[in-house]
Amino acid sequence: MFDKILVANRGEIALRVIRACKEMGIGTVAVYSEADEMSLHVRLADEDVCIGPAPPDRSYNNIPAIISAAEVTGAQAIHPGYGFLAENARFAEIAEACELSFIGPTAAQIRLLGDKASAKRIMAEAGVPVVPGSEGVVESVAHAREVADQIGYPVVVKAVSGGGGRGIRYVDSSDQIARAFAVSSAEAEAVFGDGSLYLEKRVVNPRHVEVQILGDQRGGTIHLGERNCSIQRRSQKLLEEAPSPGISNEVRKAMGEAAVAGAKAVDYRNAGTIEFLLDSDGERFYFMEMNTRVQVEHPVTEMATGIDIVKEQISIAAEAPLSFGQEDVALTGHSIECRINAEDTKADFRPTPGTITYFHTPGGFGVRVDTHVYDNYQIPQYYDSMIAKLITHGDCRDEAIARMERSLEEFYIDGVPTTIPFHQAVMAHPSFRAGDYDLTFVESKLGN
Amino acid sequence: MVQLGSRKNHLGGEMFVKLAEIRALIELVEASEISELEVAQGDEKIRIVKSSGAPPHISYTRSATDLSQAPQTVQEQPSAPEEADGHALKSPMVGTFYRSPSPDADPFVGVGDGVQIGQVLCIVEAMKLMNEIEADITGTVEAILVENGQPVEFGQPLLTIRPG
Repeated sequence: MFDKILVANRGEIALRVIRACKEMGIGTVAVYSEADEMSLHVRLADEDVCIGPAPPDRSYNNIPAIISAAEVTGAQAIHPGYGFLAENARFAEIAEACELSFIGPTAAQIRLLGDKASAKRIMAEAGVPVVPGSEGVVESVAHAREVADQIGYPVVVKAVSGGGGRGIRYVDSSDQIARAFAVSSAEAEAVFGDGSLYLEKRVVNPRHVEVQILGDQRGGTIHLGERNCSIQRRSQKLLEEAPSPGISNEVRKAMGEAAVAGAKAVDYRNAGTIEFLLDSDGERFYFMEMNTRVQVEHPVTEMATGIDIVKEQISIAAEAPLSFGQEDVALTGHSIECRINAEDTKADFRPTPGTITYFHTPGGFGVRVDTHVYDNYQIPQYYDSMIAKLITHGDCRDEAIARMERSLEEFYIDGVPTTIPFHQAVMAHPSFRAGDYDLTFVESKLGN
Repeated sequence: MVQLGSRKNHLGGEMFVKLAEIRALIELVEASEISELEVAQGDEKIRIVKSSGAPPHISYTRSATDLSQAPQTVQEQPSAPEEADGHALKSPMVGTFYRSPSPDADPFVGVGDGVQIGQVLCIVEAMKLMNEIEADITGTVEAILVENGQPVEFGQPLLTIRPG
């Protein structure tokens, strides 16, 4: 087991990793930018190293600074958290070359699965359902029409080099294809410098359901059940729950098995999550992408299974085999997580850095708060706006919801506006309470 | 900033002066005419120095036999409090500080030496690369704040230069 781990991250996830290390008797090194000098993860770590000024590229994304910090402190392993360098294959490679264990998958796995096209191909070969579409680039309008006729409308025309919703056009019928093709290609060329397109079947009113994977160094691969993350705004998750409402045990089982098959196909190591789109029929699901890191929403799986995912990550990286099998994993009760962000819900969710003048967290049975924030904490403007994760667990979904409502009411944050009122509105909404919602929920039902 | 390589003193640890007591000492120094207060028990010592205008400067040491703490005594010397006279040359990176270009060579500079802007004053080694750190002003070396071979972090003051 490691003697000392460097946590290459900040905020609540850095604190999360430090807590796991402390419980395992492992020494901790926090790295921080000048903007995070007063941060909780810095104060609670055994050692700390300032690695640069506030901008992420000179601090949390600064590979030489982080590796150097590991060297001068004698850390043996690096936990990258999520975001920043967590899915940077080069960082994982450099760490290994410097004889530092990277707590995550191998650099090759990060690279392979980070390429959406190759990930999809690997999953398809492993028998994991994928969104039907063109095999690679669509060369012409005629080719596009041919593929679309084959997979069936509605379809989506997408830029191969795209991202952030650009270069995407929805096509409902064949007479729209020529125009969508031309417009998408031109936009992609202008924005990404590459006008190549591919085609996919459009999954209507889908739900985002993902499966947590753990793989050890000896090929042992298990899943820890699924999470529903369909409450999103502009593709950013706001609320997650485990298990997912509205799916049968057959579909649940099939999803878990598909996720394990996909992970095994690459001999996946450490924690990862396979994201699926679940069709509105609640039956058909399609591989979307695989995230090769621990996720923000990992606590809902922890509360439902009783398994400490971060500790498992550390154990796996220390070359211990999984200490339990698939048959030992059971989801008990129901868990919900609300991401509390410093954002003004009345001003289009604008991030609001500032000073938190009063901070009182909820408590009681079945309530967990993961936060790096405290009274008089100054939220830096350079990083994301999430200030806390509020997680509840109950014997059933209704109890988890009641606990969340009670906790949101108890959660006092003064000094900056937060998304607490937003979550209260979600909890109160009949569609959410009925477990009947999809990715269109926030935009259509809440009118935000 | 906590000394690299040392263990922080946790609440409820072996530190004899508990956090509440430290707070009380700070308030005492702040509210009074006292400019310097030192409390010692056994081989543990806490020293609070009030510099004009700034909040009290605090340092805590164990005895000099504890090598990981030894460099900290250098920083305590009242003749060179970091915020006072000289211009502090700060480390632009994380690494290990060296005073000489190689182990058997002479140090680049010593206290009292005149230096020119752009002159190499020391090395910070990071990932086996020796990075030469240059003076950012012309003047005289006042104090060297870090021991040879000591780990340093980004922004850590390495030495002070009196301009002119």
